Amino acid sequence: MAEQVSDAAPAKQVQQLERVVIRFAGDSGDGMQLTGDRFTSETAQLGNDISTLPNFPAEIRAPAGTLPGVSSFQVHFADYDILTPGDSPNVLVAMNPAALKANVADLPPGADIIVNTDEFTKRNLIKVGYAVSPLEDGSLARFRVHPVALTSMTVGALADLDVSKKDAERAKNMFALGLVSWMYSRPHESTLRFLERKFAKRPELVAANIAAFKAGWNFGETTETFTVRYEVKPAKMAAGTYRNITGNAALALGLVAAGVRAQLPVFLGAYPITPASDILHELSKHKRLGVTTMQAEDEIAAVAAAVGAAYGGALAVTTTSGPGVALKGESISLAIALELPLVIVDVQRAGPSTGMPTKTEQADLNMALYGRHGEAPLAVIAPKSPSDCFHAAIEAARIALTYRTPVILLSDNYVANGSEPWLLPEVGDLPDLRVEFATEPNGEDGRFLPYLRDPETMARPWAVPGTPGLEHRIGGLEKADRTGDISYDPANHDFMVRTRAARIDGIPVPDVEVDDPDGDASVLVLGWGSTYGPIGAACRRLRQRNLPIAQAHLRHIAPLPANLGEVLRRYDRVVIPEMNLGQLAHVIRAKYLVDALPYNQVRGLPFTATELANMLEDVVKNG
Amino acid sequence: MAEATIPLKLTAKDFKSDQEVRWCPGCGDYAILAAVQQFMPELNIPRENIVFVSGIGCSSRFPYYMNTYGMHSIHGRAPAIATGLSVSRPDLSVWVVTGDGDALSIGGNHLIHALRRNVNLKILLFNNRIYGLTKGQYSPTSELGKITKSTPTGSADSPFNPLSLALGAEATFVARTIDSDRKHLQSVLRAAAEHDGSAFIEIYQNCNIFNDGAFELLKDPGTKDDHLIRLEHGQPITFGAQGQFCVVHPAGGFGLSVRETASVAPEDVLVHDATVDDPAYAFALSRLSGSDLGTTPIGVFRSVRRESYDTLVQEQLATAKAGATGTPEEMLSGLLASGDTWTIL
Repeated sequence: MAEQVSDAAPAKQVQQLERVVIRFAGDSGDGMQLTGDRFTSETAQLGNDISTLPNFPAEIRAPAGTLPGVSSFQVHFADYDILTPGDSPNVLVAMNPAALKANVADLPPGADIIVNTDEFTKRNLIKVGYAVSPLEDGSLARFRVHPVALTSMTVGALADLDVSKKDAERAKNMFALGLVSWMYSRPHESTLRFLERKFAKRPELVAANIAAFKAGWNFGETTETFTVRYEVKPAKMAAGTYRNITGNAALALGLVAAGVRAQLPVFLGAYPITPASDILHELSKHKRLGVTTMQAEDEIAAVAAAVGAAYGGALAVTTTSGPGVALKGESISLAIALELPLVIVDVQRAGPSTGMPTKTEQADLNMALYGRHGEAPLAVIAPKSPSDCFHAAIEAARIALTYRTPVILLSDNYVANGSEPWLLPEVGDLPDLRVEFATEPNGEDGRFLPYLRDPETMARPWAVPGTPGLEHRIGGLEKADRTGDISYDPANHDFMVRTRAARIDGIPVPDVEVDDPDGDASVLVLGWGSTYGPIGAACRRLRQRNLPIAQAHLRHIAPLPANLGEVLRRYDRVVIPEMNLGQLAHVIRAKYLVDALPYNQVRGLPFTATELANMLEDVVKNG
Repeated sequence: MAEATIPLKLTAKDFKSDQEVRWCPGCGDYAILAAVQQFMPELNIPRENIVFVSGIGCSSRFPYYMNTYGMHSIHGRAPAIATGLSVSRPDLSVWVVTGDGDALSIGGNHLIHALRRNVNLKILLFNNRIYGLTKGQYSPTSELGKITKSTPTGSADSPFNPLSLALGAEATFVARTIDSDRKHLQSVLRAAAEHDGSAFIEIYQNCNIFNDGAFELLKDPGTKDDHLIRLEHGQPITFGAQGQFCVVHPAGGFGLSVRETASVAPEDVLVHDATVDDPAYAFALSRLSGSDLGTTPIGVFRSVRRESYDTLVQEQLATAKAGATGTPEEMLSGLLASGDTWTIL
């Protein structure tokens, strides 16, 4: 690398920036996710804070060159701690006319656009409705457009290599990555190592992709198209070892960690579904840590198998998205009746029905809280960011194991596929999740009473098959208190229904914390789950404008923190932004009789900090 | 099956739970329960290592009456629940009790996938060709044209042949027996218990309230000899009081046929071989019996060796663990820190 890539750039001006948002956009076959991922990794190595947002269609390969086929990856990096992937890109890399057209409206004036001119053919322009090339009609005058013949230069750079024209053309994403890496002074070693690993079985592709990357880098270095090179200094972050991680990966590792800390085998029953499948993929790699994964025949079998494994003494998990939770409802109810630990992960996506499988939403909260027959309460928690998925998974397992209950963990596509730097925890600092299985009869005359409860946790004994003397039968029919025998007694049913509700209500959860730096805010913005970043960024903007605002964010939605009512009543106005039509707001209004103001958006995309800041500013100023 | 070297000296009584049995008087389920309870001591497996899992329906009350571990679960899902239990607890002997509605209607998908995977489950399907617990609707094994509460002018859908279905899923052990023939029922249970992998047993069971006498042709001393074909491994397939009927494989045909023994050369009488690897043979046997039960084989149709899902999963876990070094906490630390990391001082 050193002899071919010069890091010295005497002819170029170097400009310092605090933060940059880059969006790589192209056809879904152009490798934009990989490109964005690599740029993110290089940026993480440099020590910037990062937040990413992949955005891709559900179709694996939509027709080439069309608007529905556009796939993009946005990365925001800064020399300070950031909370979101950024509202609008400073740089757009557009690999074809469709990518330009689909993204140009998001760009602020003055943004840089790098376009692959090779793809701006008449045919491709017509395909997306451009009568005249936007590169020639002056419509991009408010931007800094950098026309680059990405494809042909890549093919040219690989002319001496033994690769097909098709493989050479496919390496154009690495040319683009090389160019942008040069522009932003990113370290490139990890990308070269990555390419060597990725194409280890095809050395010619290693050579081709590395050559393309270097060609892109050197193009930036030598051509006069690019006169400025940028630097973003490392962010001041807490000391420790970091890795960049997506929410799905963090969630999977959290489940593995929970198994280790509980000293229990982890059993995952799952059926492939976007955007949750990556959790299944990740967990299937960790057999040596005692993780069994079963790809079941359907969503129902996936949760049913998990219930069976929980009965046998495993830390049982099922992972899915909204449509899967709908199918799992009856089995979750069974787990509620059986009072067995079970973690149900719902990586929410836009619904109803198939909806928009690759787009985010928070509209499964009602289903998580209420979506079962009968009075069927369970615990519900939600992670607030990609790396927080790790800790949320451990918390879900802790509640499930300690209180012998199903727990729904509400992730969503935004945190699941987004990424950020993660300060690696010390394993020894993670919660101790060890459980005690029942080993002895607990009733009179040596009888075993499967529904005799622990007075503190209200959990019933976990008596797993294989334990002599504790043979017992349980099922979905209503059970008598203590004995667990079938019971149709009216008073017993009333008691058991109330007990199951009290069991969940009684789970101690941490108080909600309020971020109100000067303590003078009259408006509280309350969120849950993945809106944490955009809400936090919006609050910062208000405070920069000297407008006080308080922020509180819920991890536990069932049960709610004990201090929440008091917190809500402290403020004149409570605003609840959600990516649904007001589901948490309904809960808050019903439970606390607080006139909370919902603010809702269901566009399949996260809130932008800008829109939230504008909305909150209006509330703060006008009530 | 677990190999206990010391006889446990359990009796049928040890397998009776303290729960009052609540099937209708005269139900075929009583006979099956008694036969199973009497058979269980033969396994010589401690009661705590035995689990009965059921779904919903009359038959699915079964686990409540067995003094083992048991779960009465939800409609149709018992094979899936039992799969999760069996694969994560290979030390247990897991039995599934289900019915024709539970296993073949609402739970059809789980049944075929459990069989396809060859999960180490012993699946007892009580087939009474009717919905009993919901009071008398036709089931997926009811004969075409069945008049019931929900089909006053006769059902319009053809039934499943449960054994054909199981064999289509390439079940490794497939058998049929009858509630009233305790000796035969127990012989089939014995063979199933010895089988490593899924064992599927269809038990013809009389519902004396909603479908009484459904299998009378095979039970009445006056008719059963001419209609019941008792399969025995290694024996020619003949039936009738004097063995006057036999099963042959006619040249040029796909299936098997019934002939008068006298009209067939002795070497042309089919000799039953339950170990034939190709499920087509057992499938052809299963097709001898239609809705009218005219010629109905009972016994073990198929018993072949294939690695169970449980074994394959456990082998993968064992291989992965054998290659691991360090404590789980150390391995976890390494895992968390894998990939591209950076350190801030």
